[in-house]
Amino acid sequence: MESIKILDNCTGCKKCLKTCPISAIVIVDKKAQILEHCNLCAACVSSCELEAIKIKRIEGKSTIKINDYQGIWVFAEQREEKIQNVVYELLGEGRRLADKLWVNLSAVLIGNNMESNCARLIAFGADKVYLVENSLLKDYQGNVYTRIMVELINQYKPEIVLMGATSIGRAFAPRVAAKLSTGLTADCTSLDITEERQLAQTRPAFGGNIMATILCNNYRPVMATVRPKVMKKKEEDQNRKGEIIKIFPDVKEEDLKVKILKIVKELESKVNLEEAEIIVSGGRGIREPKNFALLEELAATLGGVVGASRATVDAGWISHYHQVGQTGKTVCPKLYIACGISGAIQHLVGMQTSQCIVAINKDPNAPIFQIADYGIVGDVLEAVPLLTKSLKEML
Amino acid sequence: MDIIVCIKQVPDTTEVKIDRKTNTLIREGIPNVINPFDKNAVEEALRLREKYGGKVIVISMGPPHAQEALRETIAMGADEAILLSDKAFAGADTLATSYTLAMAIKKLGSFDLVICGKQAIDGDTAQVGPELGEMLDISQVAYVCKISIEDGKAIVERVIEDGYELMEVTLPFLMTVTKEINEPRHASLRGVLKAKKKEIPIWGVKELGINEDKVGLNGSATQVIKIFSPPPREGTRMIEGTIEEMIQELVGNLKKRKVI
Repeated sequence: MESIKILDNCTGCKKCLKTCPISAIVIVDKKAQILEHCNLCAACVSSCELEAIKIKRIEGKSTIKINDYQGIWVFAEQREEKIQNVVYELLGEGRRLADKLWVNLSAVLIGNNMESNCARLIAFGADKVYLVENSLLKDYQGNVYTRIMVELINQYKPEIVLMGATSIGRAFAPRVAAKLSTGLTADCTSLDITEERQLAQTRPAFGGNIMATILCNNYRPVMATVRPKVMKKKEEDQNRKGEIIKIFPDVKEEDLKVKILKIVKELESKVNLEEAEIIVSGGRGIREPKNFALLEELAATLGGVVGASRATVDAGWISHYHQVGQTGKTVCPKLYIACGISGAIQHLVGMQTSQCIVAINKDPNAPIFQIADYGIVGDVLEAVPLLTKSLKEML
Repeated sequence: MDIIVCIKQVPDTTEVKIDRKTNTLIREGIPNVINPFDKNAVEEALRLREKYGGKVIVISMGPPHAQEALRETIAMGADEAILLSDKAFAGADTLATSYTLAMAIKKLGSFDLVICGKQAIDGDTAQVGPELGEMLDISQVAYVCKISIEDGKAIVERVIEDGYELMEVTLPFLMTVTKEINEPRHASLRGVLKAKKKEIPIWGVKELGINEDKVGLNGSATQVIKIFSPPPREGTRMIEGTIEEMIQELVGNLKKRKVI
């Protein structure tokens, strides 16, 4: 490996060995040695207290003039003419970053008949709203949305572009990033500005068991997606003043390429797990599909929604919209009540960032108890109705 | 119907255990597997080939041992597999990865469909598929859970938060698939035997005729500067007593914490 070097001050302390996800470091004669299959993930670099591991890269291939780019943009995602909650959260975070950088915060709103929403975007922190309207832009249309966003970015040159990590944002952001040949970091859990005015983006990797901080020094704009409910909204301020810039792009029917025939809402549309404040989740410990009714009652009492483990979804007890975990949804509600869920790692990675976790399980050794804030060893079918009853009396 | 499937070999996270004392991953002896969603991608390609004829070519960018993953797809029934492997590819972010895949697909020539899994379970970015679609300059749909094809047009269902979007798209295009789309088959014995003998070409920078500046670490727009363990959660409080007492205490605690 030519791109990674061990410096002479390495003492062979072995600290880096543990951090390597692919065991590509060995100690030979009290010195670390990097093996051929190293994939330069850089996990070892920050583990070395002596700073004896260096990764060399050829920098500055981008032809972009970094200083031409200024300001922060938030993509104001709308569905059915309704601005998504995550947009206000991104405006809150964007405002904080913009104030640190002494630049403007703008929202980019693409749709049809959306003008009445601009005031609210400003009230939540935007200095400017780019309002892009055309009747064909009513719903998210990947091709045209990408073309429009890329044109706007090339024209106005923002340094940072933030989007929600939703089914739209996660599909849209990489298309824009690829067209612009710039960096994109998915699912950031924290953002900050470094002393060098760079955006430090921190995200979970390896199923949330490791955090990585990522920079994008030589490309602009820096792009990041953030999951719903991770960032904080600002207080709404209706006296805030802002500017609305109206753009009417030329869009033809044939530009759409992918035609939306219809948008189907499944009966259980109430289960937006990603946006939920409270989730009551069931696993195989509830024994029978009909017992999800008990969880539904508890969820309804708390104003929450019902989640489920993969086992129950695979068994056909409940639809996949409810599934929490690696192959389901990643959630971070205020309160997560795990009922009869043992806590396989695939489940834990989907919910372990919840603010408060309650676990109810018969098996005192269930792994779910290791990450729970409150644990109750007992029968779910007994505990859940009692909990519902006691909450009903109180609330 | 010629289909190209992109797969990634990933550590099998079902085998990952966490050392709760140090809050780090215990990574020793974790086997590598085909990323689960990519298996759905391979399966869907095979099903479409069974219906409409044609060829399924699977490609993967990775270290030499990613060949095992490709071999497994041959055993499942894929026609050809190509490994993109070169020292220069190491350290690639999603931009450099999708560029490398795009160059390989362009070298392969014409195709009707490109299928990727919706995301890899190690990085979880879900970016390579959509980025690849842009670099190939073709239409694309992310998160597809159902597809049927007629007269050069596909009708697909794309999963969204509270339902799905029914869409029509003209071939060729790229789609990323969710696990709901199918149940991947197991390799047949005949497939395994065929896979053993199958030659899997390895393409590097030279074979692809591309510049080292645009791949691997050098071609990456983002760089990881720090990796750390998340702060551990405060210890679990196991509530004791009769079930009634436990529930009362739990409700009290939740109220105190203002989560209800």
